[in-house]
Amino acid sequence: MSCYDTFTSYSLRAIGYGERLLPKSDITLCEQFVLIGSGMIWNVYFAVFAMVSGFGLATLVALGKASDNRWAAIPAKAFIFLFRGSPLFIQFFLAYEIFILIPKAGIDINLGFAVITAETRWLTKAWLGAVIVLFLNTSAYSGEIFYGALRAIPKGDVEAANAFGMSGFKKFRRIIWPTMLRLAWPSYTNEAIFMFHATALVFFSGFPAWQQSGDALYYASYFADKTFNPFVSYPIIAIYFVLFTLLIITLFGWINRRLNRHITPEKRIKLRFKPQFIR
Amino acid sequence: MEMCSDPSSIEGINWWMCYMSTGKHQAFYASFGTVLALLVLTVPVVMVLGFSGAMARKSAIAPLRWFGLAYTNLVRGVPDIIFFLFVPIAMDQGIEYLRHKIKCPEVLEPIRQGNDFVVCTIAKMPLGSSAQWVHEVYGFMLALFAFSIVFGAFAANTLYGAMNAVPHNQLETGAAFGMSPRQVFWRIQVKQMWIYALPGLSNLWMILIKATPLLFLLGVEDIVYWARELGGAKTNRFAYPHPDWRLYYFAFLLVFYLFMTWMSEKVFTRISKRLSHGQAMAGAQS
Repeated sequence: MSCYDTFTSYSLRAIGYGERLLPKSDITLCEQFVLIGSGMIWNVYFAVFAMVSGFGLATLVALGKASDNRWAAIPAKAFIFLFRGSPLFIQFFLAYEIFILIPKAGIDINLGFAVITAETRWLTKAWLGAVIVLFLNTSAYSGEIFYGALRAIPKGDVEAANAFGMSGFKKFRRIIWPTMLRLAWPSYTNEAIFMFHATALVFFSGFPAWQQSGDALYYASYFADKTFNPFVSYPIIAIYFVLFTLLIITLFGWINRRLNRHITPEKRIKLRFKPQFIR
Repeated sequence: MEMCSDPSSIEGINWWMCYMSTGKHQAFYASFGTVLALLVLTVPVVMVLGFSGAMARKSAIAPLRWFGLAYTNLVRGVPDIIFFLFVPIAMDQGIEYLRHKIKCPEVLEPIRQGNDFVVCTIAKMPLGSSAQWVHEVYGFMLALFAFSIVFGAFAANTLYGAMNAVPHNQLETGAAFGMSPRQVFWRIQVKQMWIYALPGLSNLWMILIKATPLLFLLGVEDIVYWARELGGAKTNRFAYPHPDWRLYYFAFLLVFYLFMTWMSEKVFTRISKRLSHGQAMAGAQS
């Protein structure tokens, strides 16, 4: 089978299209590259959905933690402590155990005028369950980053906004939020990188792979098992991760430039790749 | 205990006491020791590797500098989990390969035969005839090694940054006093860098704590292993039948980790206060 054939039959294998049977013997380098790359679709999916949905919650959590209102501050602090203080690995396990306890048939929610049924049977599948865990986890980490940025907003900016008669939501949308994002962006970039790396953990999270459609690590370890040779498949997945890491840095670098476009070049915050945490 | 001899006849508080003191539960409690042992044993190795890595990056010899740069950067671009999968197998095969070459050079067949990795019997590591505990210790050592390599790279980054963060004036002052570059490095730069390294190192410690459940993936019988083992549903064939309790066991692990984090945070705040004593800087910043 030529490499082109391999590509057509396996490139979408991870999402259930193409050849059903995985290669079992005489595994070629091409097959390893294509299948592991196909698995990366899932890693990208997990990271993108968790980051996009986590962004909103992170902002809320950061505002909550910075709030003077105890009823907002305490839950926000607890949420951040819970998800930053425990290993993501344990969070995955715990969430999976909770999800399988929820009745599969769905929960009827009575709204008084109508009854809606919440679909729960998908929670034990990685595409929803793992995303929920990653979403909560990244919200906590980003929330802490945003909180730090909120506290670093120059007082003068806020006073200027007050002097202009801005208040409440308008001040937040025009002054506080953009400044917070600008200040937080370098750290948030690192968070995005680590979020992406953390998607590799989904493979071990207890959420089962269905019909051998798994993430990149699923295929990498499949090949390492089949060939008993870790020196090929793991470097391949490492190459993929390095490439995507560079892609994230580029994308976030563009946004960083846009966020800093009104600042004189000397005062801009440089994007430095300085990852500080794993989960 | 005597009252535990017939678990089916007891109930209430006694059942719980007996249940919590079974042999397997004692292994579960002991596995917390495994986790703590890993933490205690990894830290010195990580510090040595990190310091060597940082020094390699600052080295005047180019190949050594490149090695330092590659080592510190590779681990940052690739998920740690992949290293945890890769390093132990690679180490294991490397050791067996070397032993095979040394112990039985008369065997000429290639070691990699298709999909198999074949070494002669006496080159196996550990030997097939070794006791169970040797296998366990060997597995633990491989895990320790994997942890040290990954976290050594992170520590190298932190220490390198900290070395550069020491105000240049201080180093120049040292030189002006007639100190040699080596003396400046050891007596000023290394002595002053700790306050700059502390935030990074404390972060690293937190990460290390939170990475310990990965021991389970390396085949070590750690707390996650026992939580799964004990929490799984037990039918009536077992002495202490119970439904699926994994949720509670994992919740317990969660509390354990939260407690560890909380404790560490307190300790680090204290150290930071002490180290920044007399330093002309606002708090500790890396």
